Amino acid sequence: MSAIAVAASERIDSPTRRSLRRLIRHRTAMVGLAIVVAFLAIAVFAPLVAPYDPTRTSWTAIRRAPSALHWFGTDENGRDVLSRVIWGARASLLAGVVSVAIAMAAGVPVGMLAGFRGGWIDALISRFTDAMLACPFLILAIALAAFLGPALENAMIAIGISATPIFIRLARGATMAAKVEDYVEAARAIGNPRWRVAVRHILPNIVPPLLVQATLTIATAIIAEASLSFLGLGQQPPAPSWGSMLNTAQRFMEQAPWMAIFPGLSIVLVVLGFNLLGDGLRDAFDPRSR
Amino acid sequence: MTGFLIRRVGQVVPTLLFVSLLIFGLQQLMPGDPALILAGEERGDPLVLAQIRAELNLDRPLHEQYVLWLFNVLQGDLGFSWRIREPVAKVILEKLPVTVQLGLMAFAIACLIGIPAGIVSAVRKDRPADWIANGVALAGISTPNFWLGIMMILLFSVNLGWLPPSGYVPLTVDWRQSLATTIMPAFVLGTGIAAVLMRHTRSAMVQAMSQDYVRTARAKGLAERVVVAKHALRNALVPVVTLGALELGTLLSGAVLTEQVFTIPGFGKLIVDAVFNRDYPVVQGVVLVVAVIYVGLNLAADVLYVLINPRLRHA
Repeated sequence: MSAIAVAASERIDSPTRRSLRRLIRHRTAMVGLAIVVAFLAIAVFAPLVAPYDPTRTSWTAIRRAPSALHWFGTDENGRDVLSRVIWGARASLLAGVVSVAIAMAAGVPVGMLAGFRGGWIDALISRFTDAMLACPFLILAIALAAFLGPALENAMIAIGISATPIFIRLARGATMAAKVEDYVEAARAIGNPRWRVAVRHILPNIVPPLLVQATLTIATAIIAEASLSFLGLGQQPPAPSWGSMLNTAQRFMEQAPWMAIFPGLSIVLVVLGFNLLGDGLRDAFDPRSR
Repeated sequence: MTGFLIRRVGQVVPTLLFVSLLIFGLQQLMPGDPALILAGEERGDPLVLAQIRAELNLDRPLHEQYVLWLFNVLQGDLGFSWRIREPVAKVILEKLPVTVQLGLMAFAIACLIGIPAGIVSAVRKDRPADWIANGVALAGISTPNFWLGIMMILLFSVNLGWLPPSGYVPLTVDWRQSLATTIMPAFVLGTGIAAVLMRHTRSAMVQAMSQDYVRTARAKGLAERVVVAKHALRNALVPVVTLGALELGTLLSGAVLTEQVFTIPGFGKLIVDAVFNRDYPVVQGVVLVVAVIYVGLNLAADVLYVLINPRLRHA
């Protein structure tokens, strides 16, 4: 191969591409991705995958142990636990993704503004962020959900708002670091307006840490949604959600332990998937952090 | 040091002010008129409603309501519980010792598991012990503590019958019973934090083990055990101690669900019950107290960090 060809092939190898290659070679991250994709598929194709209607009760099959007919057994109303776990994946994943989307939509612009402008704007935003971070995540989410009223949508809003300060702080820090880079100076020097420098030059460069944080926060948000539903502040019956299934299962622990085991295992598995993927993304995009 | 203290405490004031705004703002999210909820069956009577509104200052403009509320809070008056019919501050003070006992036990368990696991994992980096410790920590972080609690009740109470599944006995009444009722919830709460502590200890130890002073200690022929315990660990523990103090705040969050699962009448159960009884002053009071505790812990962690790190003392 000629020297020119070698140089050309190296030029194509952008940092993003190198990171992606590191990600693909990251074994545990790929396991995480597989788990996440599997759960996403289950959630999307729930009507096709679930063997039974998740809300159909059957008085002849109450609290049946796992069998060939009902792999995960049945609950106190004779509903198929497997079908409810499958449909519950919808509520959990939806809550995880939507609440993180809310947190990012609110947090990233505010954080970038604080980091980019500095001065009193930054001081004001930072103190406000400190105040929100001073209320432990779940307690803030519970309080918000309580005042908003019990519903899955409100739980998502409550979790999203509670997670917002994480993204404000991260976007602020990353923006401050990017702001002093030469390419930002150059973009300003040629006369780009401030908003364009922020959106076109800084934003693309702070995406990797935001992506890592988003993945890890989805894991936290899924646990938070399960917690709120467990307390009765999330998904309302009879619609299935893993948290509310666990709430009911607690009352039948002696007679029907399977009602508690399978929804819980599902939470652990999907959260583990997002955590593995998030850790892998961090290793891939920031090899120094290992 | 004094200058640092003054500056650091000075930062706390605006933070707490924003916290108070945030918590006061919660009330505005509430659907419906609080006076209607309070009036109960007399909600049709405009006189009763007017009286309630006047009592709660609801008839004043929002900014006046906030100032009055803040003024009361600063005097230790967190309002009056709508359901329990007692001052919120009193109710909270009654429940606090239960959660503190649970929290301290959980924290002790977390340190006993997390720190040794982190040390082993760092010393045996990239070997099976490290992989196992990391795997267990990841599983710990991924498991919701209320489900772990349910599974422990299933195993230790329902199947083995060793421990009571729920309830609480105060330490002052019978310490044995008290430990029996709190050991499972404390373990459940502690494991999540153990996982975080393990990760912090591991990364601090890995860093410490690569420092020059560790190489020097090895070069002069010290036993590896001494190098790890006296040279690396002492330095590595500095960030772990401070990060650990912050995890105490996480404990308060975790306590909400754990107390619910084990029916322990602490702080966490108080907020959940208040949520369901629509006892909003109690919800606000609990969030406020938790936030103040958390800000205090943050401050303590920062001061502790400077105190145990002589290099920062004169900075």
